[in-house]
Formats: sequence, structure tokens, C-alpha cells
Amino acid sequence: MIRVDENKCDFCGTCVAVCPVDAIEVLESEVIIDEDVCTSCSYCIFVCPWAALQEEA
Amino acid sequence: MTDAYDIIVVGGGPAGSSAAMTAAQRGARVLLLEKDAEIGLPVRCAEGVSERSLKDLFESHPPWISNRITKLSFFAPDGTEVRLNAPRIGYILDRRAFDSNLAQRAVRAGAEVLTGACVRGMTPLTGNGWNVSVLRRNQPSQFTTRIVIGADGVESRVGRWAGLDTKTTLHDIETCLQYSMEGLDLDPACCQLHFGGHVAPGGYLWVFPKGPGMANVGVGISGEYSRRMKPIDYLNRFVDRAYAGASVLRTVGGSVPCSLPLKETVSDGLLLVGDAAHQADPMTGGGIMNAVRAGRMAGHVAAEAIMMGDTSKKQLMAYQEQCGELLGKKLRRSYRLKKAVYKLTDKELNDTAASVNSRAPDKRTLGRIFVTALTKNPKLLSDIIALFGS
Repeated sequence: MIRVDENKCDFCGTCVAVCPVDAIEVLESEVIIDEDVCTSCSYCIFVCPWAALQEEA
Repeated sequence: MTDAYDIIVVGGGPAGSSAAMTAAQRGARVLLLEKDAEIGLPVRCAEGVSERSLKDLFESHPPWISNRITKLSFFAPDGTEVRLNAPRIGYILDRRAFDSNLAQRAVRAGAEVLTGACVRGMTPLTGNGWNVSVLRRNQPSQFTTRIVIGADGVESRVGRWAGLDTKTTLHDIETCLQYSMEGLDLDPACCQLHFGGHVAPGGYLWVFPKGPGMANVGVGISGEYSRRMKPIDYLNRFVDRAYAGASVLRTVGGSVPCSLPLKETVSDGLLLVGDAAHQADPMTGGGIMNAVRAGRMAGHVAAEAIMMGDTSKKQLMAYQEQCGELLGKKLRRSYRLKKAVYKLTDKELNDTAASVNSRAPDKRTLGRIFVTALTKNPKLLSDIIALFGS
């Protein structure tokens, strides 16, 4: 499961751009990850300029 | 405000506002939806544009220019500086003022603008057109429209909702972080570009002066290399070394799709423009003026489709064809160039810098620098010559 630290995130949308399955939605100040769709490929974690995303058990 | 429009533009950046303005000028009923509370903020951009494209697209002395650039400095991984006089190279904009001005032009042409309006999804209507779901101040609402123009940036989902493949690969996304800095000791007429595997792998680090003592200082690295070291790590390392003691007034993150342009940018009742259509230059990451060009073309074609009463993909293909003619060749050439440049090792970059510096400064041109850099890759020479000759 991928978690977003919204204190670090500045809602730039980079994670959305690389998500292969369109599981992420970035609102003005909120990130929503659809866990049913997410495949945990971690691309979003790799590209986040802020290191705001993390895999959690 | 009615809830039915001819054209809904999603995203109020340069592509979206240009599309909205052009379509409204041609008589279409246009609504532009911007997610953020203010058009033009946050500025996720290094703000550089070429003089040539600015002159092509806008009146002289527009009010949103921050600074004129007349010199470039390239830095090799070992710190060797290659200076280049480029008296007509370009400008650094004030993107907040620029974006605001473009939205104002759209409104004056007759478009409506709604800020703080987040598009959550869209579904096709029976017959043709779209139902667009919007969240604004926690209140959901619905709009209907014949055509949607997706100007929703690198994170574009509008295209995906219409069945187009807009995602960017890890290799081709440049993940970026930028500081707005004050108190810098620098030449305000000179843009700096720093290259190297330890500086900005698969990208470059920039210092774009906005005026005396102030600059956008940022780095973009390929997503392929961002697993362990993040843009912030590269940027801090540079700033600590080059500008210790200067102040960071703002920090923004973001990214640019530095890929080939999307193959499909239209569908029934849908057009994609700007970063959503991967129209930024893949080598430089610069996308502002291409976004304006594409936005105007999209606005024109969309308004014409409304007038003709035919919003089918076939009718809208005119936009994709015009983009291909105006931007496609240049973007593909730039992509080949990017691949070649980022394949160079640090040693090759250092040798190139030394070799260019052995020429007299007045004999250095941008084209010659790249030619020197790529003599090991002769197939690309024709691309480079064409790129700088166009």
C-alpha cells in the first residue's frame, strides 16, 4: 500500500503522470490513491520530487 | 452561468487559456476550469522562452517579461565553463503575470473562467458531447459540453478518460525541483546550464536569472535515475557549493514529459494541448510557447467543429495534423538529440567543453558546441544542423 505524506507533497502531479494504471488523483491539496487499482509498481515513489510517497506494509 | 457549453477547457495554463481565447473569439461558448485557486500559481516553471517564438506569437514589449538573456554558459561535469554570446536567445518570463494575462485575454474574448474547480471525471453523453463532473469548494457540480479540450498538464487524466494513452514513461519524465533564490552573485544576462551524471543524470541543472541577484535555480533528472537520489539532493549539493549564503524564497516541485509527442491527441469531442499532449521540447523541457501555439490551433479547430455541427474525431483531426506540421518534426528531432546528449559520459562532456573552449569565443555557436559534442555520432549531425537552423 502506498501512502502520501501530505506535509511533504506539493501536489505537482508527477506521480499521476507515470502511473501505468491511472490509480492516482491529485486535487488542489489532497492525493487519492485507489488501492483497488494500484499495482504497487512504485513508479510514483521513484519520481516524486519530494520523496513524499512511501510503500507501507 | 449556464451549465451547458460548446467547449470546456480543463486547465488554465498557457495552453488552456490560449485555446479558450481562440475558441471564444470565433464565437464558441467556452468555459475554462482551473483546479488551483489562482490562475498562474504555483509557478512550476523555469520561465525561459526563446526570443524567436515570443516575437512570432505576441506583440512587442508584453508586460510579463522579467529579464532579457543575451548569454549562455554551459558547465561540464568537471566545472569547465563554455561561454556563448547569444544576443537574441530569449527572455525569462513572469509566469504568474503571463498566465494571468492569457486568462484575462480569454475572458475578454468571451470565455468564462472558473478557478478552484477540480475536474473529477467525464462521461460521454448519448449522441455526442460530455458530462463533466467538477468539485469546487467541496460542492460537486455537473456541466455538459460538446467538446473538451484537455490542457491539464503533465498529470493529464482528461485524455485517459477519453481512452488516449497519455502516461509518461520513467525514462522520459524529468522530475524537477526549483528554488526561487535571492542574494545571488551572478551575471543577470546569462543563463547557466550544468550537465553531468553527478549534477543532473539524464537532465540538467539550470540557473535562469530573473533580475539582478535573483534567479530560478532548479534541476531536472530523468525518472530512470531518481530512485535513490532525488532532485532535492542534487539541487542542495549544487546550491551549497555555488550559492552558500543566498536565500531560498520559494520551492516548487514538478515534472515535464520529455518524450516524443503523443501519437493521438484527438478523439470524438476531445483535444489535448500542451504538456497533456507532450508538446514540450524533449531536450530543453521548454514548453510554454509550444503550448500557446497548440492551444491556439486547438481553439480554432474546436470552434470550427462547433460551427460545422460536427465534433467527431475525424473533424478534429485537423488539429492533430496542424500540430504535426508545426511542431512534430522539431519535437522528434529534439528527442533524438536528447537521447544522444544524455548518452555522453562525463569524460566525453569534459573533453567536449575543453575542445569548444579552444576556439575563440566569437567562433562559438550553439550549433558548433553540439556538433563538437556529437562528432562521435555522425548520424545526428544533420539533425543538429537542422535544429539550430530552423
